[in-house]
Amino acid sequence: MTKSIDRPQSASRRSALKTLGAAGAAATLPLWARYTNAQTAEPIRIGFQKHVTGIGAAYGRWYDRTSQAAVAKINAEGGINGRMIELVTEDDGTDPKRGAEVLEKFANQSNCDVAFGTLFSHVVIGSAPRAGELKLPYFVVSEGHHVASGMLNRWTLQPGITDVKSQVQAMAPFVSNNLGKKVTMIFPDFAFGHDHRDYFSKAIEAQGGQVLEMIAIPPTETSFTKYFPKIPRDTEVIYHVMVGPAVLTFVKEMGEFFGPSRPEIFGFIDSLEAVDLSSPGLDFLEGTYFWEGMPRYLQPDAADYVKSYRDAVGVDENGASTEDAKDVSTAAHMFGCWETLHIIKAGMEASGYSGPGDRQALVEAVEAMTDMPAGIEHPQGAKVFNGKTHQVFGSQYISQVEGGKLIVKHTASIEDTLYPDEVDYTTQSF
Amino acid sequence: MEFGPYLMLAMLEGAVLAAVLALMASGLSLTFGVMRVVNVAHGEFYMLGAVMAWFVAHLVGGGAAIAFIAAAVIAPLAVGAMAAAADMTILKRIDYDPERTIVATIGLLYVIQQVTLMTYGADARPVEPPFNSRIALPWFEWGEEGLALYYPWGLSTTSYKLFVIAAAAVLILAVRLFMTRTKAGLIMRATQLDSEMATAFGIPVERVYAAVFGIGAGLAALAGVLIVPVQQAHYLMGGDALLLSFIVVIIGGLGSMAGTIVAAILIGMSDGIISVFFSPTLAKILATLLVALVLVFRPQGLFGSRPR
Repeated sequence: MTKSIDRPQSASRRSALKTLGAAGAAATLPLWARYTNAQTAEPIRIGFQKHVTGIGAAYGRWYDRTSQAAVAKINAEGGINGRMIELVTEDDGTDPKRGAEVLEKFANQSNCDVAFGTLFSHVVIGSAPRAGELKLPYFVVSEGHHVASGMLNRWTLQPGITDVKSQVQAMAPFVSNNLGKKVTMIFPDFAFGHDHRDYFSKAIEAQGGQVLEMIAIPPTETSFTKYFPKIPRDTEVIYHVMVGPAVLTFVKEMGEFFGPSRPEIFGFIDSLEAVDLSSPGLDFLEGTYFWEGMPRYLQPDAADYVKSYRDAVGVDENGASTEDAKDVSTAAHMFGCWETLHIIKAGMEASGYSGPGDRQALVEAVEAMTDMPAGIEHPQGAKVFNGKTHQVFGSQYISQVEGGKLIVKHTASIEDTLYPDEVDYTTQSF
Repeated sequence: MEFGPYLMLAMLEGAVLAAVLALMASGLSLTFGVMRVVNVAHGEFYMLGAVMAWFVAHLVGGGAAIAFIAAAVIAPLAVGAMAAAADMTILKRIDYDPERTIVATIGLLYVIQQVTLMTYGADARPVEPPFNSRIALPWFEWGEEGLALYYPWGLSTTSYKLFVIAAAAVLILAVRLFMTRTKAGLIMRATQLDSEMATAFGIPVERVYAAVFGIGAGLAALAGVLIVPVQQAHYLMGGDALLLSFIVVIIGGLGSMAGTIVAAILIGMSDGIISVFFSPTLAKILATLLVALVLVFRPQGLFGSRPR
């Protein structure tokens, strides 16, 4: 009895499914029909893993502006192989788990050709294995040493920004010769900060200096005075690098802690990235030094391509937005997005990239790159790319705070930043 | 740094945290005491206080002091009004049912956080303190000439941090006087003791509830306004603050004002001292462990009374 009731039901379900399936196929018709005749008109889709929310939000905002400006420029000049670039932006929440999901989305849902743009090292480290599994070229703009250390994989490249190991190696001679030999380091307690801890301490010891104390601070911390008493009394130089939403509080409380009798201070501009140097409480920084990936303030001897780059992104001579002088940029890092997008273009053109089938050829084309001359495509300066370690090397700037502005005092050459290879990704299979 | 000055610095830092925490947790304790509502969105009212302080200070201009005073008046009132409206539109509709209010306030938490993210953005923004000068503190040591004063490196606080401690103490005293000495306070206490009987005596319990929820949120917002010149307003700042407030309220005894204040001082000071001498994570571990011990051995909290 039950069978006779069941049968017509299942038959009608089956026919309903058939109709639905046919209707569904018909509905998608324009989508796949489009590919058959006009492949070259399809834009190149670059998945932009953006820190919209979470502790990296200020960087995300400026990485976005720089990337949009670079895309507008490249598209105005005819795109890549005649195809326009389309930036597909997804928020990763500055969270490693979400980062891996975002890559998945780029590869499987939004049909991106490559993924790009991640800064925070824990997100890169969390996402890169997924990029390897998806065989999706993953261009990070992160500074972390994790690319060149061999921790990641053949699909992950960092061609647009130098890594922490090379940066600190170039800073150590300046610190020990000009500021002092006894250093106390203050850094954020995650992968990026650990790169500073490990490589700067080695580099300063090679210069005859000594790290007296290492103070690790969680990047989500909001109150800092409690960490400063750990600074030994005989410290000659404070080396600080901090990230997260509370960087201004960090620097301000450091000033309040030392009062009028501060030691020499050398910081990575990360500690004040996106923060106005004229904010109240920062006066004590006058005369202190900062590493800058690229100068925030327009230097008097800046080249024309630097000015064009700054105009395209929309930063004024103080490194703030041309629309809001209070909205200070992340100038020392965001140039990496501009340069990376130009490298993706160069790599796609060199490999004759036509679609996701050519992803491997794209990675190989970028690996084959070496010299990158300074110019509008590389406004931060000339660079040398190491295809084996997937890492680029370039000049580093040391600036001093003078009259509330950062003035470049020393430029470390590319040679100062080189170190022996730790990995050869080109021997790994795709 | 030597032990003596080090400890003094740790205690000063702890006192600032304790002051803010006491103010915020007394709001949480008040809503629980009178309404029996566990307000999970309390941390977001704290964050809203800080964010609104930034908006007000930004709009008012005219010097840091005027902007700060305007923020300290407007932000808590606005947040309190918003909370009272939430009470009337949400909590009242679900009859203050304990389980459903928890879920409702969790929803409120996300709504407030996301709306802040969408309007104010993900940046941390500073508010200028009305005054802020560094005060170097002396320390004494037995030298060759007997007791001598000297100024150790780093032993300092700022006038604003001292102001935060004093302001929180005054505000808590004011809340206490309001509850014990005014007619409105009497009505609230009557509602707390027995809301049915209070209704029978003609007390508009629903309006009392809305007012209490508003005052509780307003206290959290005030704490946010006080801390924002030291820290910075950020849309995620409510999370940690909520956790610490719950710890304080549970240790002190839900609904007990005196217990809340004692527990805030205990947790604030121990957090300051332990994080200076050991690590901030250890301070959190110990605070949470203390909560567990209190729940096991004295579930009503240090100062709470056993349920009748």
